[in-house]
Amino acid sequence: MSNADFHLPQRGLGSTARRDRWWVQPLTVFCVLSGFIVYATWAALQGKHYFAHANGEHYLSPFYSPLLYGAEHEPYWIAQGVPKWWPSFLPFSPAMLILIGPGLMRFTCYYYRGAYYKAFWADPLSCAVGEPRKGYRGENSFPLIMQNVHRYVFYPAAAFVMVLLYDGYKALWFTDAEGTHFGVGVGSIVLIMNALLLGGYTFGCHCARHQIGGFLNSLAKRPIRSKCYACVNALNKRHMYWAWVSLVWVALTDLYVRLLSMGYITDFRIIF
Amino acid sequence: MGEQRQATFSVWRGDHQTGKFVDYKTTVSEGMVVLDAIHQIQAESASDLACRWNCKAGKCGSCSAEINGKPRLMCMTRLDILDMTQPVTVEPMRSFPSIRDLVTDVSWNFRVKKRIKPFKPRKPDAEDGTWRMYQADVERVQEFRKCIECFLCQDVCHVLREHHKHDEFAGPRHFVYQAALEMHPLDVEERLGQVKGENAIGYCNITKCCTKVCPEHIAITDNAIIPLKERVNDEFYDPITKLFRIFRARPKAERKD
Repeated sequence: MSNADFHLPQRGLGSTARRDRWWVQPLTVFCVLSGFIVYATWAALQGKHYFAHANGEHYLSPFYSPLLYGAEHEPYWIAQGVPKWWPSFLPFSPAMLILIGPGLMRFTCYYYRGAYYKAFWADPLSCAVGEPRKGYRGENSFPLIMQNVHRYVFYPAAAFVMVLLYDGYKALWFTDAEGTHFGVGVGSIVLIMNALLLGGYTFGCHCARHQIGGFLNSLAKRPIRSKCYACVNALNKRHMYWAWVSLVWVALTDLYVRLLSMGYITDFRIIF
Repeated sequence: MGEQRQATFSVWRGDHQTGKFVDYKTTVSEGMVVLDAIHQIQAESASDLACRWNCKAGKCGSCSAEINGKPRLMCMTRLDILDMTQPVTVEPMRSFPSIRDLVTDVSWNFRVKKRIKPFKPRKPDAEDGTWRMYQADVERVQEFRKCIECFLCQDVCHVLREHHKHDEFAGPRHFVYQAALEMHPLDVEERLGQVKGENAIGYCNITKCCTKVCPEHIAITDNAIIPLKERVNDEFYDPITKLFRIFRARPKAERKD
């Protein structure tokens, strides 16, 4: 497409006539995402204090759910202990087996892509602000063309939300010497909120919107699909907010379960 | 008329070769927009200041410029949203060659648009040569029809602005145009190859700057570019969808319906 018969001057890094504090947004994204990555990696490598059960509750940290391999008293799915195929020279934590799922969902998410290209790669640093590099390939070629894998990571991420909802349900049951009783603790609310927020983020994703009906030009004759599309579209309009709130909440959920399991805090609850 | 006061406007003067900011002082009052101030400067102190404008109502898309570094329509930028204690900078769009002062040559956009495959409706639904469609189905593309072609989205897009990919990349305005055609319930043209190849939608890295500057508040990234990226993905990158398509083996025109 040789339509351009002109040459424009190259501008330098940070060159802009903008007067507003344009650097606040990319800096905030950089700090919050970096903070989350550091905390999530630390929490995932701990391999302990991810299940609070000492006082009859059943609170499982979302970083460790589904718990494929766990200790005897924990709600593991496959087996107790460390998987046999796990290399002995590597430290093991159950979170290592599953965090790749939600991690890839966020990494390839259309919203986060735009945000971290700015905050971590300065491409662009901010709108109408000069960039550090002349060369640019975008998502038109390798490696970033691989971001198109987003639709494949959506389905596992949706399954994770279902598992977390189940965890939220389990958090409504408390065990004592007389048996298991229904109740609501702060932890129950934290876990259920976590599943709902992650659901709002995951099911409002652009891929979900496309798969549910966006790929069609006519939905008028498909009332159920049309309703589903409208719901996903409504979530999608606030995708950025869901993305941030769910990110912060999932870290806080892990922190709550961790502190409770370590005995630093008390879980207030009403048992019926 | 409200309170009047002096304000300084730092306006870009020059052509495609050289230029500089020149300060002009003028009296401003409540309710004025930047275009009013530019007209006042033309009348008072710079009769040779070049500025393109038409409707002064945010509908013709002529008076696009960069005000305090942000791409905006001069006629829709009220002075009361700007910090008037400092000189207000007004410069031409930086993604296109300057003709003179605030006027840029945006003809590149029209050349790109001409190459986009036009609307191709399916066969008429009725014998009298007319079609039937549902309002719900055209609502999605009606958002894109609001575009006034001010090219502010093209101006702010870093692929054009910083990386000068004018020869390879069509820019957000043209993805809005292609989305309007591609998602139209009557359209049967196959244009995803062009969206991916000639117009290189892959260069867009979804930073949403185009959406932020759109004076018509079109959700360019979310409603036009990303759905087009997903359709390109269906057609070229997703082996499972392609496999389903082979088994379903329905013609394109039918699939789109």
